[in-house]
Amino acid sequence: MTAYSTQELMIIAAARQIRDGERIFVGMRLPITAYGVARLTHAPNAVGLFESGVARYEPADGMLYTMCDGPNQLGAAWTTGLIQVMGLLSGGRVHAGFIGGAEVDRFGNINTSYIGDIDKPTVKLPGSGGAPDIAAMAERLVIIINHQKHRLVEKVGFVTSPGFLDGGDARKKAGLPGGGPAVLITDRAVLKPHGPTNEFHLASIHPGHTLEEVLQNTGWALQSMPDVAETPPPTKAEMAALHHIDKEGFWRR
Amino acid sequence: MILNPYPKIDLSRTIRLGDKPISSHKLTSLAEAIAAFVPDGAAIVLGAALENAVPFAATHELIRQGRRDLNMIAPISDISTDMLIGAGCVAEVTGAWVGNVSGGMGHNFRRAAEHCLPNPIKINDYSNFTLGMAFFAGAYGLPYVPVKSILGSDILKSNPKIKLAEDPFSGEPVALVPALKPDVTFLVVQRADRDGNAHIWGSTGLTQEASIAASKIIVLADEIVAPEVIASDPSRVLVPGFVVDAVCHVPAACHPAPLIGKWRRDNAFFHDYHKETRDPEDFARWCAEWVRDLPDHAAYCSKLGSQLEDLRILGNAPAAAANYAIA
Repeated sequence: MTAYSTQELMIIAAARQIRDGERIFVGMRLPITAYGVARLTHAPNAVGLFESGVARYEPADGMLYTMCDGPNQLGAAWTTGLIQVMGLLSGGRVHAGFIGGAEVDRFGNINTSYIGDIDKPTVKLPGSGGAPDIAAMAERLVIIINHQKHRLVEKVGFVTSPGFLDGGDARKKAGLPGGGPAVLITDRAVLKPHGPTNEFHLASIHPGHTLEEVLQNTGWALQSMPDVAETPPPTKAEMAALHHIDKEGFWRR
Repeated sequence: MILNPYPKIDLSRTIRLGDKPISSHKLTSLAEAIAAFVPDGAAIVLGAALENAVPFAATHELIRQGRRDLNMIAPISDISTDMLIGAGCVAEVTGAWVGNVSGGMGHNFRRAAEHCLPNPIKINDYSNFTLGMAFFAGAYGLPYVPVKSILGSDILKSNPKIKLAEDPFSGEPVALVPALKPDVTFLVVQRADRDGNAHIWGSTGLTQEASIAASKIIVLADEIVAPEVIASDPSRVLVPGFVVDAVCHVPAACHPAPLIGKWRRDNAFFHDYHKETRDPEDFARWCAEWVRDLPDHAAYCSKLGSQLEDLRILGNAPAAAANYAIA
């Protein structure tokens, strides 16, 4: 069996959300590595989009601290403006997008703006960036977050990026064109929206983690899908791709 | 390389800094340009490219000149906004994200929002795309742009300037984003001529819309070149000189941010800033050392010394030439 860390499993679980030929809003950190893994394994024709104004076929060759660094621009498919790339999103031409956050709730709404009162916040988080646009417009949204009780909460105090809002058909009624959150990947499990409410249910537990631990670290009464499985561990090919993409292990620590 | 003397200087044109005609071209020092064009209370854009080409040299000069009550407008300008907030220059923040892209949170931004230190700030929330549409409307004379991508977000509650409406054609919900017109936009470009005709390459974020929407444009050029160099490739012009108000020759104006083909990102500098600005006293010390006690950007570059030299891009990966011949 291939040895792997939790971080590596998360990256690979994220990579598996990318389908061949899709246009993907990548973002930074973990998803940028996931995009590279997907391109080298099952999705050689995926296209990576970056809101700063970059589109790429091949993953960047070289360390990226931000999406604007030189290696992400050298040999790009397109270096342009934000409106041109986010316009693809707004025009309904993006299949999936990745975002993270400080808090996510049982309907996949994400807060990256304010903890506490808006006028006198306990914690002022950095803000939205392009996340609300991605959450509103992408066909599928992939959420990546660490699995802790204060992060997976019953209801977020501020919806920076909309999931299914109050659940059910609330998202549709609000006029949001994109399909909404498809999956939530944590360091302990994979959750998916299920049933008419679109509440997030437990879909799979990562190897080495337990149901009890997952439930204890979730801020709402987490229900399970009918067929909860173990998250498939990384394959040799996926691990080889990951090590090729992130040679120094910077995003796997 | 600076090409000097400049060929074919057009003496028929003069520009004015404030009331004072200064020369036949738009070249001036950054300190003079800021003194002339950025009053207290101005709404300014610094770093609309996102994480590259951030005009940090202008950030520092605004702090040195003690500007007050600025409204900082940007999608993401890395630690530039955080510095200005900590130095007491800012009354309002208009944008999508304020922090430290490498280090996470911006300590000064948090102190201002959570504890009104060193002063309270008003926050006008946008997403990146809605801010882009606000600049777009400001640049091209549209009163507002109808947008779908902010629906469902509580930004509609925290920023009452963006209004929820019904699309008169489809009857569906839509958000109306009003035009935004900054007073001054600062740009970092790889090269410009003495009249402000500027070439940039690599991703440009919202720099073009933020510039055209602004009343004044100040260009910080890494290199000043002969007008013929810019004119040889007009498709690479981000802003033409006729909309630019001042051009300043400021090599490495972007440090610690990168500039494509010129400077790499100084990632350690961002981490150090994060560590060294945790408390107000720490920030004051950092700001004295790196900004207030230095006379200008040249002194900042000298202080960085070999640390800056190590970031200089020496490789060569030129684009193929484009032929504009007419016969």
